[in-house]
Amino acid sequence: MSRRLLPLSVTILLFIGMAAFGALRYDGFLSLQVFLNLLIDNAFLCVAAVGMTFVILSGGIDLSVGAVMAFTTTLSAALLGIGWNPYATMAVVLALGAAFGAAQGFLIQRFRLAPFIVTLAGMFMARGCSYLISTESVPISDPTYVAIAQARIPVGFDASLTLGALVAIATVLAAMRLAHATAFGRAVYALGGDENSARLMGLAVGRTRIAVYLLSGFTAALAGIVMTFYMLSGYSLHAVGLELDAIAAVVIGGTLLAGGVGYVAGTLFGVLILGIIQTLIAFDGTLSSWWTKIVVGVLLLLFCLLQRLFESRSRRTA
Amino acid sequence: MRRLSRHALFWPLATLALLLVLNSCFNPAFLALSWRDGHLYGHLIDILKNAAPLMVVALGMTLVIAVRGLDISVGAVVAIAAAVATLLTGGSFNAGGEVASEHPLWLALGAALLVAAACGLWNGVLVVKAGMQPIVATLILMVAGRGIAQLLTGGQIITVYYPPFFAIGSGFLAGLPIALWIAAGLWGVLHLALSRSALGLFIRAIGGNPEAARVAGVRSAAITLCVYTFCGLAAGVAGLIVSSNVKSADANNAGQLFELDAILAVTLGGTALTGGRFTLAGTVVGALIIQTLTSTIYSLGVPPEVNLVVKAALVFAVMLLQSAEFRSLFTRRAAADPGAPR
Amino acid sequence: MTDAAIVLRARDICRAFPGVQALDGVQLTLRAGEVHALMGQNGAGKSTLIRLLTGVYQPDAGNIELLDRAVAPRSPLHAQQLGISAVHQESHLLPNLSVAENICAGRYPRKPWTRGGGIDWRETRRRAHELLARLGIDIDVDQLAGGLPAALQQLAAVARAVAGDARVLILDEPTSSLDADEVRALFALIRKLRDQGVAILFVTHFLDQVYEICDRITVLRNGRFVGEYACAKLDAPGLVAAMVGRELAGTSGAVAHARPEGAATPALSARNVARRGQLRAMDVEIRPGEILGVAGLLGSGRTELARLLFGLDPRDSGDIEIDGKTVRLEQPADAVLLGLGFCPEDRKHSGIVAELSVRENIALALQARMGLRKFLDPAAQRALAEKLVAALGIRTPGIEAPIGQLSGGNQQKAIIARWLATHPRVLILDEPTRGIDVAAKQELMNEIRALANGGTAVLFISAEIDEVVRVSDRILVLRDRAKAGELPGGAGEDAVYSLIVAS
Repeated sequence: MSRRLLPLSVTILLFIGMAAFGALRYDGFLSLQVFLNLLIDNAFLCVAAVGMTFVILSGGIDLSVGAVMAFTTTLSAALLGIGWNPYATMAVVLALGAAFGAAQGFLIQRFRLAPFIVTLAGMFMARGCSYLISTESVPISDPTYVAIAQARIPVGFDASLTLGALVAIATVLAAMRLAHATAFGRAVYALGGDENSARLMGLAVGRTRIAVYLLSGFTAALAGIVMTFYMLSGYSLHAVGLELDAIAAVVIGGTLLAGGVGYVAGTLFGVLILGIIQTLIAFDGTLSSWWTKIVVGVLLLLFCLLQRLFESRSRRTA
Repeated sequence: MRRLSRHALFWPLATLALLLVLNSCFNPAFLALSWRDGHLYGHLIDILKNAAPLMVVALGMTLVIAVRGLDISVGAVVAIAAAVATLLTGGSFNAGGEVASEHPLWLALGAALLVAAACGLWNGVLVVKAGMQPIVATLILMVAGRGIAQLLTGGQIITVYYPPFFAIGSGFLAGLPIALWIAAGLWGVLHLALSRSALGLFIRAIGGNPEAARVAGVRSAAITLCVYTFCGLAAGVAGLIVSSNVKSADANNAGQLFELDAILAVTLGGTALTGGRFTLAGTVVGALIIQTLTSTIYSLGVPPEVNLVVKAALVFAVMLLQSAEFRSLFTRRAAADPGAPR
Repeated sequence: MTDAAIVLRARDICRAFPGVQALDGVQLTLRAGEVHALMGQNGAGKSTLIRLLTGVYQPDAGNIELLDRAVAPRSPLHAQQLGISAVHQESHLLPNLSVAENICAGRYPRKPWTRGGGIDWRETRRRAHELLARLGIDIDVDQLAGGLPAALQQLAAVARAVAGDARVLILDEPTSSLDADEVRALFALIRKLRDQGVAILFVTHFLDQVYEICDRITVLRNGRFVGEYACAKLDAPGLVAAMVGRELAGTSGAVAHARPEGAATPALSARNVARRGQLRAMDVEIRPGEILGVAGLLGSGRTELARLLFGLDPRDSGDIEIDGKTVRLEQPADAVLLGLGFCPEDRKHSGIVAELSVRENIALALQARMGLRKFLDPAAQRALAEKLVAALGIRTPGIEAPIGQLSGGNQQKAIIARWLATHPRVLILDEPTRGIDVAAKQELMNEIRALANGGTAVLFISAEIDEVVRVSDRILVLRDRAKAGELPGGAGEDAVYSLIVAS
């Protein structure tokens, strides 16, 4: 049992380590709001990374996530701007995200195309469509959206969460249940473990693959909605490069890029680690923000090398 | 003799020709060339000049894809090379009232290319020695590399004031842009290296069947390392052209989305993502198609945002055409059975 | 046993793939409570037959009846639902999931809606545990399947296969990587299932195992049905003869033997070479101009030996000497530089580069040996390719045609041409005549003899024992990944058979 949880434990320990480092070094670091801000500021990344976790678990990859998020924000701004009902807007963008994801999944499964290139083209397509709707940043002033954006849920100790953060938490919990208690979730793990064996066992490999990309598209759209609350604007240049952050969060969270191994909870901590890196740098005040990218790159390298070590050792003993 | 339409370059050239024709329909002066300021002048020249950096990067990418690899860090390497070159060149007024560079130009350019090649080598080592998937290995540099470029420039846009530096991106030689000469030169060097030595055969063998190439005695590991290093070097050259053209280095934006355009240029040109056979000429045409596309959209008065959607549609179309499963929908022959006995 | 109920009857099964008739009129009858062996050499059609029974493919002709009802499995899932389960050789379990989950995958017990409706993991573990206990297998159900040794994975896979009330259980080469104790444990399980009335189809190439556990044997050869025999009535040599087709031997003319003269330094001398799990330590020597034949059944270690000698697989122990000097031979590039050549058994996977032309494929090894700078320009390549194509009689639309278009036999000749171009010191040929028609085989054998006469040392591996006997100057017999013995040239097939089946 413990060997399976090793990557996750490393991630959690890393997070605690970084938190401890920050608490010791900077005043005011060890406050509840600082930690809740990790979730608030990265809520949309968290939602997107959860969907990405399933895709990577199945052995694939989805590069279109950031673009779908941007498209969601611009479409929402446009629809709200012409007077659409906010909830109808949300329903429409979620449906579109799911359909987009399913279409990608279909191309990948049916024509045996590489997920990398299909979702790359999907990224072009989604961001292009976003540009078609609007190239400028469009502010959102719909009262429901504004109310949601400004809502604060107190959690005691003078700290509060946003609704976006709650959505992120809910998504993580739902995903954990999906991954561990449903046949679909287990089929995703099976697909990532050994596609051939899974097929010979009689598992619905094709349908699972398409469903995984549908899920990713849906969570990307949901993340877009959360981002819309956060930014209160629709802009085609939102979330540029966010898919890379999502992938980094998933890998740092302990999920193997080859698929089959990993936990949704790990992704949550991966997101928190990305957030805490930025918080540490902000608290330091002297380091520039691009150090975040370098640190993330180094972490990614370390985790990937660890994964290679893990894989080659398990191949030798098996 | 094969019919004209079956030639590998037919479809890419036809697409390019179509775009050129479309352009000249809307803009009669499109194909016009004139001689001004001591060099050729016209829309076509602009396209050639602007396509040069992409051509260079795509040429490097072609070989990586040919050995069944991928390099998505080229954009970041472009930014790093640009940063190194501009920082080392700089340019300030000296005692004689002229602009002098911080360091000799050859040193600045050489250092930039060396760093770029080192980035490529780094990618190669991760892929060959650490056995990582190419997407993953180059993803790391893609993420960290941009941070490194920003670190080097301090997040600022570094402006260069030393005139000889501008020549790379904006200068002309014998009437044609220097950038074009560089791209053509690189293409020429590659072509010679690949056709006058065993390198071309080895690369095609490694990409076609890595195991069979290994059994035949080809030194796959060494060749793959070289290919990745060259790709980094090519990105460095592109970085020099780009920064010279804008007389500055912007670590945030230089080379943004370059890798996607490079992969697109390679696939449009006819090289398959699955590796093996490749075509340098096709890649050059592919890069020209992308640049002409941007031009066409602009001159058609269509909003430039359409560019991305069109590029996406092109990628989907090419991907599907390259997929055996898709083609089998149209031919009556059944697709090969999976796992037919050896 | 002869009047046990017939569970599965497959009649006149035919199946073709592009370019090859994999099965032609095959019959199979499985009875309840019986272990039935399916035997045949490489390419005999065993895997294809199993894939037909498990629904991976559909037959072109013929019918399958399960309990007197006609069935046509459409997919592995459908076959399982019908009651036909299989444990395949190349895929065992999902390595990243627990044993309990592997056993219940796709059939998870659910909690009632009132308690959430998700997968009931406690029940899953209980069911798996109970099943394993019932079958007498001692495995911790919580352990990850990938962490289990191959033998236990095998047992767990069998447990999964029968978890769904299977009537027919197919075991495809289940003992390939098991040691004696593990085989015993597997056989105990098989006997238990047999006693419960399951019809078991057991595919293997280990003769002793067949006689230990099986009641009946069906033999296939080249896609055709040779016969169904009761184990008690067919002895081992007879079985081998049926599989190998002894009666077809001797149709071609003898190949001229020119015994090498004098005790020259061996061209290749391998001492104590071994690789854990692949080959037990052995010594091999080949002299210049000598053809050393390697005989043995499938799984005896023939290909593993070849791969070790050529540097394709790393060896755990042993030294290799070329012309009397110890050399460093860690990868194929080293071997090629030393003047070795290797025609692999699986030419599609390790031999040809399908998209490249015949000319390029032929020139590849020579170019690799010459290095990067000394270049064989296209004209030189053309001359080389044309000469060899003519010499070996390779039928091709032209030397520029992609080699993937050629028939298997001609591809094989092209690979041999590739190595001939390097004028090798030592040439290792792994099943070079597989898939080649009789006339071409004779040409090839003559060519190999001529090569040896020219001074090349040849290692000739073949499953066709009559071929090995005809052309070799010496014969190395392998059994169970170890050397069973050596025979001088001119030894009869009987001598080889007896070394193969001796226990």
